[in-house]
Parts: sequence; C-alpha cells; structure tokens
Amino acid sequence: MALLQISEPGQSTAPHQHKLAAGIDLGTTNSLVATVRSGLSSVLVDDDGHALLPSVVRYLPEGNVEVGYSAQAAQSQDPANTIVSAKRFMGRGLKDIDISMQPYHFVDNNNEMLQIETRAGIKSPVEISAEILKILKTRAEKSLGGELVGVVITVPAYFDDAQRQATKDAARIAGLNVLRLLNEPTAAAVAYGLDNASEGTYVIYDLGGGTFDVSILKLSRGVFEVLATNGDSALGGDDFDRRIFCWILEESKCKPVNAHDTRLLLTKAREAKEWLTDHAQAQITSVLSTGELINVTLTTKQFNELTQTLVQKTLTPTKKALRDAGLSIEDIKGVVMVGGATRMPQIRLAVADFFKQTPLTNLDPDKVVALGAAIQANTLAGNRSDADLLLLDVIPLSLGLETMGGLVEKVIPRNSTLPIARAQEFTTFKDGQTAMSIHVLQGERELVSDCRSLARFELRGIPPMVAGAARIRVTFTVDADGLLSVSAVEATSNIEANIVVKPSYGLSEEQILTMLQSSFGAAEADKEARALAEAKVDAESLLLAIKAALDKDGDLLNAEEKAEISAKMDALEANIHEPYRAGLADEIHATTELLNNATEAFAAKRMDKSVSLALAGQDLSTLEI
Amino acid sequence: MSLNYFDLFGLIPTFDIDLTALEANFRKIQSDNHPDRFVTATASEKLTSMQTATLANEAYQTLKSPGLRGSYLLGLSGIIAVDEKNNQMPADFLMQQMEWREAVEDAENARNISALENLLETIASEAKQLQSGLSNQFKQNKLADATDSTRKLIFMDKVRADIIKVIEKLED
Repeated sequence: MALLQISEPGQSTAPHQHKLAAGIDLGTTNSLVATVRSGLSSVLVDDDGHALLPSVVRYLPEGNVEVGYSAQAAQSQDPANTIVSAKRFMGRGLKDIDISMQPYHFVDNNNEMLQIETRAGIKSPVEISAEILKILKTRAEKSLGGELVGVVITVPAYFDDAQRQATKDAARIAGLNVLRLLNEPTAAAVAYGLDNASEGTYVIYDLGGGTFDVSILKLSRGVFEVLATNGDSALGGDDFDRRIFCWILEESKCKPVNAHDTRLLLTKAREAKEWLTDHAQAQITSVLSTGELINVTLTTKQFNELTQTLVQKTLTPTKKALRDAGLSIEDIKGVVMVGGATRMPQIRLAVADFFKQTPLTNLDPDKVVALGAAIQANTLAGNRSDADLLLLDVIPLSLGLETMGGLVEKVIPRNSTLPIARAQEFTTFKDGQTAMSIHVLQGERELVSDCRSLARFELRGIPPMVAGAARIRVTFTVDADGLLSVSAVEATSNIEANIVVKPSYGLSEEQILTMLQSSFGAAEADKEARALAEAKVDAESLLLAIKAALDKDGDLLNAEEKAEISAKMDALEANIHEPYRAGLADEIHATTELLNNATEAFAAKRMDKSVSLALAGQDLSTLEI
Repeated sequence: MSLNYFDLFGLIPTFDIDLTALEANFRKIQSDNHPDRFVTATASEKLTSMQTATLANEAYQTLKSPGLRGSYLLGLSGIIAVDEKNNQMPADFLMQQMEWREAVEDAENARNISALENLLETIASEAKQLQSGLSNQFKQNKLADATDSTRKLIFMDKVRADIIKVIEKLED
C-alpha cells in the first residue's frame, strides 16, 4: 500500500482535494514542522535532512537574516545579534526576565513587551519568532508542493493570554493562517494516544527548553478531554545549562565573563548536560577570550545535586494539576514524557518515583508535539481523516478583574473547559457617568500586583443615568485558542458600549500592521532594487556595445542618424546615474528600448557591411543586442 | 420555556442522574458542535458553534458537581438556594464550619500540609453523606431540606477550595 504511494520529491501524494495543512512546534530551543501524508503524520526535513530547526535567529551585517544551524554556529561570535530562546520573551516585559544572563541589548518598552536592539534595528520577540515561522512555512510548502491552507501552532499549555496572542501575531507576520493554537501537552497526547489507541487518564509531563507543562487528560474514543493543566512558563532545559554554567565559573574561580564567553560556556554546559545522559562524568574544557583555560569535570552525582531544586520545581505544578483534576496518582494509567529535557535520567527517576510507575518514553520527545499538531491541523483543515478526533482543552490560568483596593475578583476559574463565556454586571459610581475603566488580569493570586495585567478596557457610550442605575453587562469570552475577547452592553437601554482595548503586553493592531508592511515593504524594496541593478547592467552593456560599434563603423551613418543615436544614448546615460527611486528600473528599461529601436537601422547597415566584407561573426555579438 | 441543562443532555431533571450518560452525551454534543468542527465554516455557523459549545461546557460543569446540580434543580422549581442576602445556616453546621476554618489556620501556621490534606478527605466524606441525604430529600420532594443540604454542599466546596489555596501557598 505505502509502496504505491511513493511520489516524486516535492510532490504531494494526496488527491487533489486534500488541503495542505501543517503542524508547527515553535519551541524555545528547536522548532519543527510536520504534516499528515497518506494518513500518517511525519516531520518534514530540510535539504540537509535535518528535522529540527534550532530556534536561533541571526541578523547579519549585510542585512540578511539567518535562521537555524548556521545562526546557532555563530552565536558565540556574534551574541548580540544572534537571538536564541526568543520564545522566553514572547508577551513579556523587561521586568519579567533575568537579563543578567542575556547577551542582548534590551530595549525597555515602557512596561510593554520587551524589544532587542540588533544591527538590523530594534526587533520585537514577535518579529524574531516570525523569522523562524517563515523558514518552516517555506520548508512545508516546498515539501508539499503547494501553498498551506492553514497551520496549527503549538504553545505551552501554561502560556497566558499575552503569550498566546504574541504567538498568533508572529504567525500573521510570517504570512500563516492559524487554524488553531494548540497546547503542547495536548498535541503530544494526540500523537501518543492515536498511536497507542489508549483509553484512560494520562499525565503528560512536558519539559522543554524553556517551559514546563503538565496536563492531565482523559482519553476516550477519540475525545481528548483535558482535566487540568499546570506548569511554569519560565522553567526548562536552559535552566539546567545555567546551573552548570554557574558551577563552572565557581569551580574555575572565574570572574564574571563577557557575552562571548557566556555564550561559549553555556554551549559547553549544554553539551555536558547531554553527555551526562549516557555517561557518569563530563569533561568541560574551554579557552576564554581572556586566554584563561577552563578544565573541570562534572559527575552525574554533582549534576543531580546542582539541579535537584529544578527537578523538584516541576513536581509542585504536577501536584496542583492532580488536585485540580480531583485525582490521585493511583488514577493515572500512564505518564508520557515530552520535550528534549526529559531525556535527563534524574528527571525520569523523579517522575517514576512520584507516580510510582515507569514513564512512557517510546515516542521521540522532540518530535511528538509537532506530530500531534499535524494530526490536528489535518482534521481542522477539513481532511477529516480523523473525524472522531476531538480535543477539549482548558484555560490554564484564572481570569479576573481589578476591584476596589487592588484586589482581583475571579471571573473565569483556571481549568475551565474552552470555549467559555462569563458575564459580570457593573454599575456606575457617579450621576451621569458615561465611561468606566476595567482592568483584566490573569493569575491565581489575590493582589492585582501579583497577577499578570492583560488589558485595560474603557467602556464608553454608557447612557447618562443616576449613579447605580446603569447595569453594564460585560461578557468575557475565551475561545478555543485560549484567547480572550470582551463585549459589553448596558442592560436597561440595550446600548452596546464601545470597548477600547489596550493590551498590556501584546502588540496593538497598528504595530502588527506596521510590521507586516515593513516585512512586505522590505521584500518589495528588495525586488525593486534588484530590478534596478539588472536594468542598469543591461543599459551599460548596450551603451558600451554601441560606443564600440560607432568607433568602428560610425562612417556608415549620416549626421542626422548619428545625432539621434547620440541623444538617446545621453538620455540613457543620465537615467543610469540617477539615484534610487521607485519606478526607475522601469524607466531605464523604456529608455533602453528606445535606444535599441534607434540603432536598428545602424545594426542592419553593419550587418550588410560585415557580410560583404566576409567578416561574419566578428562583430555579430555587438549587433545582436 | 427554554431548554434546560437536563434537556440538553437528554436527561430527566432529577438529582440522581446517570453520570456516565451525562459524560457520553456531553462528548456527543461537543463532537457535533465544537468550534474545531467549524474552522472553515461561515461566520454565522462559527458563532452558533461557539455558543452551543460554551453552553454545553457550562451545563456539563453544573450538572457534574452535586452542589451546583442541586442548586440548579432547585432553581427550576423557583428556589434560589444560594443568595447573598440569605445565607442562614443551622447553628451546628456553622459550628462545624468554624472548627474547620480554625483547623485550616492552625495547619497553615504550622505549615502542616498533610493535616490540610487529611482535612480535605474529612470534608469530602462528609459531603458524600450529605449528598445521599440530598438525594432522598429530592426524591421525597422535601425542597426546604434539599435547599439546606445544597447550601451546605456549596459551602463545603468553598472551604475545600480555600484549603487547596492554602496548600498551594505552602508548596510554593
């Protein structure tokens, strides 16, 4: 069966009506794209056969952008312009991250989403992520032989609204149609569950490069119901590297190192971590830019001690998720390990110890999320090969509103199944009040200052009434992507209030449009510049050829003919030396064409002469322009 | 009258519902109406799908929880079980609540998570007893007693949620 479906490389085996869809795992460390072909989900590879695309973006001196392995290779030479783990910055402000370990020039964006200054200008994490998505889009379209109808992009289950919105914005800038944002553990469960035809309650333990998620799912006849999810959106394999990095500095009694050496030692730390998965000790050697020699040996025992608190940090959210689901460990049929960091033996041991069972590791932890996303993308695009597949996911963090005294009142509790809508009624405080301001927050804590600010709304157009008479019903809706929208209506008059949304950490619609235009505009400008350069080269070679012909055979022309050609040549010459402007390329083409026409008779005369002189071939090349 | 939550899942409005049937019917409704089924549909179909799926989620969560189910069932008979202005409780239940609250406070001060977990278990088994009583009260149509029991159940849910919050605070 499979043999019959082998097709030419780059061509789809699918029948014509099959809609091209892909699943994208936009990871902190690595990103992947997968698709369903002939009913099977598979990861798509690049020209060199790599499935993983390192999530590294480098802005090059000559204005190009490099993504993946080549960018990764350059990260210690060019740390400030080579962005790794941009996912950690999505929907985050400067105060949310530990910048001491980062080699970048951060731009504080007035408490909004942080930005990074590169040689290509100031970049938002959204734009940086869009560069990764663009590469995956090209890879998928090349491999599938057509334009993608849509994609499913995975996000950590514990991503809040701002982080989800940022991911969706990145996709938009990359020119992708997002069918759905899918939680990573849920995607893993789809790939795992469909593979094993499992039924029962499973835990997905997902420790990626920069995020930790734990989800509890009930699998039953194709329905994947998330019972609870929890996690830490700033905990991952990178943190294990950092523990080793700090240990190296301490062990070598080094002074704080520069950005180049930081990047170098972090790479060495990552290599040591990976080595320790199958070995008892790792030798770490390196020469710093100061000439200082680093030579230390890290044993498994030391590594376990160094990272014990990190491992423990994953168990707290795990307990919370179990409690929210109302389950105990005896209810869990299996624990699925996802994410490259779950290769570390101390993680596997800790999970086995906690759940009193050996975790399931039979699917490649790096690929399982992308494979699941591809299955969901295929279903959503309407290919319906998995018509029974249905995912019921939840909102990871409670949504609430600021009330008097800086307290948060919960409107939608965490782990509510999506989609969900809740209405809350408000009233006016003053006579004739026509506007009111509402602050939406996400998080579990009681104080506004401890929760994440999502947005501030202004309700305008409330009909003026006496204080307390207006009844404004504000409805919060969280859709299947986990994204919030708000609508409001004044109940006594049925007047819809206008809502002005100001996302606290997200990009405004205007900012996205500007990014889209500059991305589109840059491509247009590039095209124009290339066309102009080509037009100039063509024009110059024509001018040279005509000058040479005139020198040689100018006597074949009368004065009038000579003047005409010379005028046209001057016009083209002037055109070529004009500075860049839009439309110049087309103009040069037109002037070149006029000169060509003007020299047609001259060319014919030269042809006659050369034939009659039996010197055919010698000057033909210049005449055939 | 508009469709009630029981009708939505094809169930008879009673306290003792078949939870397996509830779950199966909930999944059936979501399978047919979830927004994932309408990704490429028209805007109005999408809206209908979103509304139906939202309603099904709300209804399922309400009927799944014994306290909320009791309260909803009483609501169908025009009785508002949980009212901000009327939260009268029998004296013995109030006493017990105070004892629980004190135990939570003591355990929090002593950072004793296992004591809190034990307390959760105790309250859970109390709630179970209350539920079987509530079931009989509904069967015998003793709605005043049923209102009392429902109110107690919902209060117990609140205490349990508060205990969980304290545990999480201690674990962080």
